[in-house]
Amino acid sequence: MKECMVRLIYCEMLGYESSFGYIHAIKLAQQGNLLEKRVGYLAVSLFLHENHELLLLLVNTVVKDLQSTNLVEVCMALTVVSQIFPREMIPAVLPLIEDKLQHSKEIIRRKAVQALYKFYLIAPNQVQHIHDKFRKALCDRDAGVMAASLHIYLQMIKENSSGYKDLTGSFVTILKQVVGGKLSADFNYHSVPAPWLQIQLLRILGLLGKDDPRTSELMYDVLDESLRRAEINHNITYAILFECVQTIYTIHPKSELLEKAAKCIGKFVLSPKINLKYLGLKALTYVIQQDPNLALQHQMTIIECLDHPDPIIKRETLELLYRITNGQNVIVIVQKMLDYLKESQEEYAIISLVGKIAELAEKYAPNNEWFIQTMNAVFSVGGDVVHSDIPNNFLRLLAEGFDDEKEDHQLRVYAVQSYLALLEEEDKLYPQKFLQVMSWVLGEYFSLVTDVDPEVILTKLHSLLKKSFVTSETKAWIMAAATKIASHTSCSKTVDEIIQELSSSLDTCLRQYAFELKHLCEDKALMKTLLPFDASCSDLVVDASLSFLDGFVAEGLAHGAAPYKPHHQRQEEKLSQEKALNFEPYGLSFASSVSSSGVTGRQSPTGLSFGSDISGNSAETGHKETNTLKLEGVRKLWGKEGYLPKKENKTGKENEPQPVPCGSLLAGQVGEAPALQPEQGASLSEEDKEKQQLASTLFIGLGSSAGVSLMGKADTATQKFKRKSKITETQQLSEEASDFQNSAASNFDPLLDTIPVNVEDSEGSMHTGLRKGSPSSSDTVEDNLAFETPQSLRKSVLDDRISANRLSQSSLFADNNIEIFQPSSSAQCESASETPLVPSLPEELEELPHSKVVGLCQSDALALHLCKVWTDESLLLIVFVSNKTTAALHAVNLVFEETEHFQILESATSHFPVIEAQSVEHCQKCVRMNKVCTQAVLPASVGYQSEMETCLEFSVTLSLMDFIRPMEMTTEDFGKLWLSLSNDVKQNIKMSPCQDSLSAALDTLQQKLKLHRVDVIGNEGILACQLLPCVPCLLHCRTHSGMLALWFRSPCAALPDGLLYQCQKVMEES
Amino acid sequence: MIKFFLMVNKQGQTRLSRYYEHVEINKRTVLEAEVIKNCLSRSKDECSFVEYKDFKLVYRQYAALFIVVGIDQTENEMAVYELIHNFVEVLDKYFSRVVSETLNLLQNIFSLSKLGGSVISENKSKEKNI
Repeated sequence: MKECMVRLIYCEMLGYESSFGYIHAIKLAQQGNLLEKRVGYLAVSLFLHENHELLLLLVNTVVKDLQSTNLVEVCMALTVVSQIFPREMIPAVLPLIEDKLQHSKEIIRRKAVQALYKFYLIAPNQVQHIHDKFRKALCDRDAGVMAASLHIYLQMIKENSSGYKDLTGSFVTILKQVVGGKLSADFNYHSVPAPWLQIQLLRILGLLGKDDPRTSELMYDVLDESLRRAEINHNITYAILFECVQTIYTIHPKSELLEKAAKCIGKFVLSPKINLKYLGLKALTYVIQQDPNLALQHQMTIIECLDHPDPIIKRETLELLYRITNGQNVIVIVQKMLDYLKESQEEYAIISLVGKIAELAEKYAPNNEWFIQTMNAVFSVGGDVVHSDIPNNFLRLLAEGFDDEKEDHQLRVYAVQSYLALLEEEDKLYPQKFLQVMSWVLGEYFSLVTDVDPEVILTKLHSLLKKSFVTSETKAWIMAAATKIASHTSCSKTVDEIIQELSSSLDTCLRQYAFELKHLCEDKALMKTLLPFDASCSDLVVDASLSFLDGFVAEGLAHGAAPYKPHHQRQEEKLSQEKALNFEPYGLSFASSVSSSGVTGRQSPTGLSFGSDISGNSAETGHKETNTLKLEGVRKLWGKEGYLPKKENKTGKENEPQPVPCGSLLAGQVGEAPALQPEQGASLSEEDKEKQQLASTLFIGLGSSAGVSLMGKADTATQKFKRKSKITETQQLSEEASDFQNSAASNFDPLLDTIPVNVEDSEGSMHTGLRKGSPSSSDTVEDNLAFETPQSLRKSVLDDRISANRLSQSSLFADNNIEIFQPSSSAQCESASETPLVPSLPEELEELPHSKVVGLCQSDALALHLCKVWTDESLLLIVFVSNKTTAALHAVNLVFEETEHFQILESATSHFPVIEAQSVEHCQKCVRMNKVCTQAVLPASVGYQSEMETCLEFSVTLSLMDFIRPMEMTTEDFGKLWLSLSNDVKQNIKMSPCQDSLSAALDTLQQKLKLHRVDVIGNEGILACQLLPCVPCLLHCRTHSGMLALWFRSPCAALPDGLLYQCQKVMEES
Repeated sequence: MIKFFLMVNKQGQTRLSRYYEHVEINKRTVLEAEVIKNCLSRSKDECSFVEYKDFKLVYRQYAALFIVVGIDQTENEMAVYELIHNFVEVLDKYFSRVVSETLNLLQNIFSLSKLGGSVISENKSKEKNI
């Protein structure tokens, strides 16, 4: 058997499916002798994956082996657990593994830590309570155990560095010992002590010291030591040095170390060894933002690397250049990137490079011609693999324009001209996306070019329509363009031809377009109003509810048509019809099968109250149950809002959103129905519009960044100017400086001559960089502190509020408002600065539960304060921007960055044209949590113009509890919902003696976590809450012998984990 | 993080593979083929780190045997490069002639079954006791 298994492993490795043997691998692990067991475990860990169903069969074996007295067996069990284990079965082995942490053999301890690391990775909340033991492992006398625990710490610190600052000292000591050679010689690799361990530690230190001068202080010595020790010439020491450099540039800077690190990088970059060169470039790329000076030192090497025969080196160099691009060097850099792009074959490389080029082009374009031409190159080389937001952004840019009307006009004219020229070449194949962009631009702005007859453009579009390589989606774009052009010309032959040809097209979509065009052509006046020139930016209101069809529907109903039913309702009815055919016993058996499947899946807790309710009831509830079950699947397909989203999606392409109004559209076209027709026509030009809108909602974060880059572009001129004036202040250099700028803009070659100037120049810019950097970093620290301290306070206030009746709250807590909120915020202001400005909430929000106003960040001119308001529907962030200066501030722009966790409803930016001196403005943002996490940071920045353009960065910490609201429901609803939810998490928590009754525990949960208490039956209680907007999470609690068994269920997989964590926290606190 | 570990001969056949993230078997073969093609096509004086899709490949050649490791962006390439060598040293210690030109099938199975467990744990923790 053992031999067979080994052969099976080999088969699988060569790529032959051998799933038939998986079960035997498990059997072998279960029953074999020691050696066989080992092979069995190995095979299991190689064959199966985390969610494989057979894995459950292994759990019992693992438990048995963990309890074995044979060390080897325990070891094997731990090894397999640390590689693969089903998430839901962790509680079964967790106590056993915890015991192993105290084992006398270090290899067992080490493996136990590894197993816990695995658990932490797959279910962090399950091992929340053993953090103390991790600390013990970190201090273990065996280095192997300590090294294993570092992995856990690296992971934890990655997620939340602030919680482990106190361990910095320990990590530093460990690193010192390792570097000093205190470990046994077993750990040496080519006489370097434990290099991988060092790298691990350096990473941890980097994470801990980031933006934290005090913590960074502790590690300067040891970093210096590591740098010094790693001076032997061996690859592995280079790896350590690289990590050192990264850490040094990540933590709070210290000039001596920076100098040494820079020297190191220099050594790397200049090395003849290609791998080192690569490493050097990578390091340079990493540090370049903090220290552009370094790039100037190595510019000749960089240029050499740019022409390096190895494409990998080339690519890394481009990455580096991408980071140092500015308004002056953009032309050269983009040119280099395009050159590389043309040679590149790999799709993935093309996508990323194209994205970068487009970004640079938008940000730093020196003039219109260049911009359009670059984008043309991007589209034609990038082809159809380019990310769809690149063309979307580009079109948006064209449509929305900049501040300067004339510039816009030029840009558009140039775009039209260049596209016409491109289309001249008859037989050239262009990528679909490029054609789409072209047709949109031509359709929208053709009339700006006066010397070209629209007829010519139409002919070109027409010839495109005939080409076979053009997909039907692109054809739709072209048709839209043709329609727009047609609206501005008197009757043209080409239009007629197009109509004629496409009216018989096999593609229904195109045929539809042709018909629309035909009817619009018959009524020119209407057409003109429908398709006004350059209206792509004005907002069109889309009647998503299709209310204009109400009349028709009413008529249809009057004539006896059946009322329309949403899809899920139809499904339900179909089911109920089937049900009518069923006999009673059948239904019953189904119900029992459901409950039994529930049992196998999730092992229901003993005597689940509502579960028994249902099974105790008659067959009818059984049927209902089947309905809800089926509905669950449907709901997933359709989303919470029911039918609406579908309508919206459809309007773009097929203008018939539902079967009933379909006839009416045609009728409306043939007959009069003027009310209908404008809408219909509008949806035509809306197609583009809608795509854009869709894109802007989908990529709202990206959109905002485009907004930023737009600003950036408009400002490049002013920035240049300012820079120059600064240099003139430093005297005598002005001539050479402008000299340098010219040379930098034109080419790289003459740079050698001007190196001394460069250094001067960049020193100037570095100063500003430093100046900008330091206040903001200290701000964030302050900010963090400010956040931490009031949290408990805020929480307690909040709890009171929630437990109290909402209505009486304002009167009850009127005192509190004065005593707690006001003084502390003003005190904070005083301590932070001398501003007399104390922001306060507008009255209508004051009524709602809210946090106190906390300072976010400030500069000389601005102070930002934040208040969270917990409304029933959402979390509102109220940001107060106060002007501390005596002059008015102009063009203040507040931008929130969208992260993977959070979504900002409506727009992520706020713009205040003017903030008067000594006054406070506020804006509010509605935030939603997209991806569940216990706590995450929402980065944002504020830019304003006083004497010069300044940008402040800050961030807002939002926790899961900000988005949790109680969910009111009846016990019966709870039971139904419970069965329809699939993701569940169970955990037992110890209850403290003071609150060992169920009601006390429930009170705590209700008050602190905003859960709604649905019902209490005996020693069981059920609670419900929802994650905004409407993701429910149900909680079932049961007490037994001092333990509280929590059982969560939710449609969202991550939500129960997050809530469980919060529950554990509050239960520990109370 | 290390995503996979491959040992390939000069003909492009996989001799040993280990994945640390689950990849379906048919996808594995495709991936391996592409990875091997990528690495074999490079000359000796080119850099041992290759960017491939959204991750990086680090490879090292021992006579006719290539060892390729797939890592993500956060990993230190040079450290992995040395890890390969460390791994080979470990192999050397276990078996007298690992880097021979004829790593035949039998030996391979043997090495896999024998090493699978321990190498992996060592590998994962990236700490070594030779």
